[in-house]
Amino acid sequence: MDQPSAEDPAARAAVETRGLTKRYRGGQLAVDSLDLTVPRGSVFGFLGPNGSGKTTTIRMLMGLIEPTAGRARLLGAPMPRAARSVLPRVGALIEGPALYPFLTGRDNLVRFDAADPTADPGTRAARVSAALERVGLTAAARKKARAYSLGMKQRLGLAAALLQPRELLVLDEPTNGLDPQGMREIRTLVRELADDGTTVFLSSHLLDEIEQVCTHAAVMTQGRLIVQGTVAELAAGSRGRLSITTPDPAEAVRVLKEHGVTDIVALEERVTGELPASGGSAPPLDLADLNAALVRAGVRVRAFGTERASLEDAFVALTGEGFDVAG
Amino acid sequence: MSRVEAGGEARMSKAGGGSAGAPARRPGPLWTLALFRSELGTTFRRWRTIALLGVLAAIPVLVGIAVKIETSDGGSFGQGRGGDGEGPAFFAQITNNGIFLVFASLAATLPVFLPMAIGVIAGDAVAGEAGSGTLRYLLVAPAGRTRLLLAKFTTVMAFCLVATLVVAAAGLATGALLFPLGDVTLISGTTVMAFCLVATLVVAAAGLATGALLFPLGDVTLISGTTVSFADGLLRALAVAGLVAYSLIGIATVGLFISTLTNSGIAAMAATVGLLVTVQILDTIPQLHAIQPYLFPHYWLSFADVLRDPVYWDQLAKNFGLQALYVAVFGSAAWARFTAKDITV
Repeated sequence: MDQPSAEDPAARAAVETRGLTKRYRGGQLAVDSLDLTVPRGSVFGFLGPNGSGKTTTIRMLMGLIEPTAGRARLLGAPMPRAARSVLPRVGALIEGPALYPFLTGRDNLVRFDAADPTADPGTRAARVSAALERVGLTAAARKKARAYSLGMKQRLGLAAALLQPRELLVLDEPTNGLDPQGMREIRTLVRELADDGTTVFLSSHLLDEIEQVCTHAAVMTQGRLIVQGTVAELAAGSRGRLSITTPDPAEAVRVLKEHGVTDIVALEERVTGELPASGGSAPPLDLADLNAALVRAGVRVRAFGTERASLEDAFVALTGEGFDVAG
Repeated sequence: MSRVEAGGEARMSKAGGGSAGAPARRPGPLWTLALFRSELGTTFRRWRTIALLGVLAAIPVLVGIAVKIETSDGGSFGQGRGGDGEGPAFFAQITNNGIFLVFASLAATLPVFLPMAIGVIAGDAVAGEAGSGTLRYLLVAPAGRTRLLLAKFTTVMAFCLVATLVVAAAGLATGALLFPLGDVTLISGTTVMAFCLVATLVVAAAGLATGALLFPLGDVTLISGTTVSFADGLLRALAVAGLVAYSLIGIATVGLFISTLTNSGIAAMAATVGLLVTVQILDTIPQLHAIQPYLFPHYWLSFADVLRDPVYWDQLAKNFGLQALYVAVFGSAAWARFTAKDITV
């Protein structure tokens, strides 16, 4: 039964690359045999330091750049060969919005829609209005795009990606230039789209953001894919630290040690430590039991919890570098 | 209200599209033309394009006023200047017949102003979109590279025609206002009646209806000594405008090709105009006569042969072939380059 389902285009991954490689003229290897699989229906976070090859990968997926080697499939069809049939079902925001400054916001969308040969001119005005409404730009639709702020341009770029019902959305840094309110709206929008069954491929440098909306993620560095999987799996790679605030740190340290917590650091009223690894023979340590044990031992606990294992920790552990390091 | 409904509709169809896999939208056969319309609209609504056309329209007006002032004492313009080249020969005729301002204007703008304006539009066509990043969004729409290039080519060609018609119409309007219109004396000499209606149509076609009502009836004289009717003269003026527009498609295609080579609109414009100037200079160096028949501006002034009786077809035919050759060669080069180009901006 597995074999036929692999043949079925609907069952295929939304994005699939095998050995995808791009070497620019001059010899720079931007992407090095990438094997990426984005499951259908997922919200996929694409991470990596600047210069790690994310944008080159996205451009190859969208048929803007010819791969040097390997192949890429979008919605089950080979790119860039099937661009004409596939791309109308894909919305994209690539490396920030690009607009015609001398056209109004609405006319910009009309122009991008006219470029799509599968877009029905009869419903164009209605679809443009709906897209503007969806990103909250209806009031500014008649303004020239040159008068737009960066956040408004970003919203208009998103609107262009939403002109048609899409099966896949490729969003490169969609919250760039947005205020916190705008970022929240975008996250809500992404969730809404995902609920509708749209696969979202999201590249971002904001790990928080990826963590909040993504179900899957992949990390690239120096043109190579180092890891891909569900966000939970990735974050599990670096577990959170236990953190307790108490006026009785010495006693707390003793109790924690008894329960197998390692790497304990006591700083004035704050005690942190590494929780014992779950799995193996021992049953996982229940935090509630630990807290009860502390209280039984007469430790006055002001705050208790784990500092959430952030994707950033996982990321730094994987790439061994910060974000502004270019390969 | 309607907006809300439209939003709901879009959402519903999205959900449907998502669950049903890919019920591919069946494109209508004429939908693909939307890109061409959009391209024309975007180009001609742009202030830069309008300003360029405005400058072109101002040239015949300035020439007309200059000739009027110079001849206001009753003297004749160009007397004793001799006709070195076809251009000045038209100037001498303007005071006798306003329609010659059309020919004079076209002859004056063809070497520099018209091709420069076309260099700006053609050079910016692809490179400008690449530079501003809009090219990547058109291509992922997906416009299709060949289709987009064809739309660009069509628009640049349309601009050649419109620019030429603007010059011709401005020349005709100015000529009609400042000078008498009359029989057109060709390089031989016959006399016929004038029809303002035709003039009005030409002007209207170029979007310069202003002043159309001011056209006086009159006879028109062409330059060959033969005189043909004003109507015939107007037809010939229209033919000349068409030929001038056709003469420009070579440089327009070269500009489009250059535009596919770079991501900077300014660089492409500068390169196209620079090439234009260089080729024009090469065309005047006698030692280079061997290559001159292959330079695109070489037969540009052949349009004057339409004003001869009988019409000299030789140079006109050569110009026809040469421009077609440039379009074929540089059009293919632009296509080859653009369809294989990595869009990294």
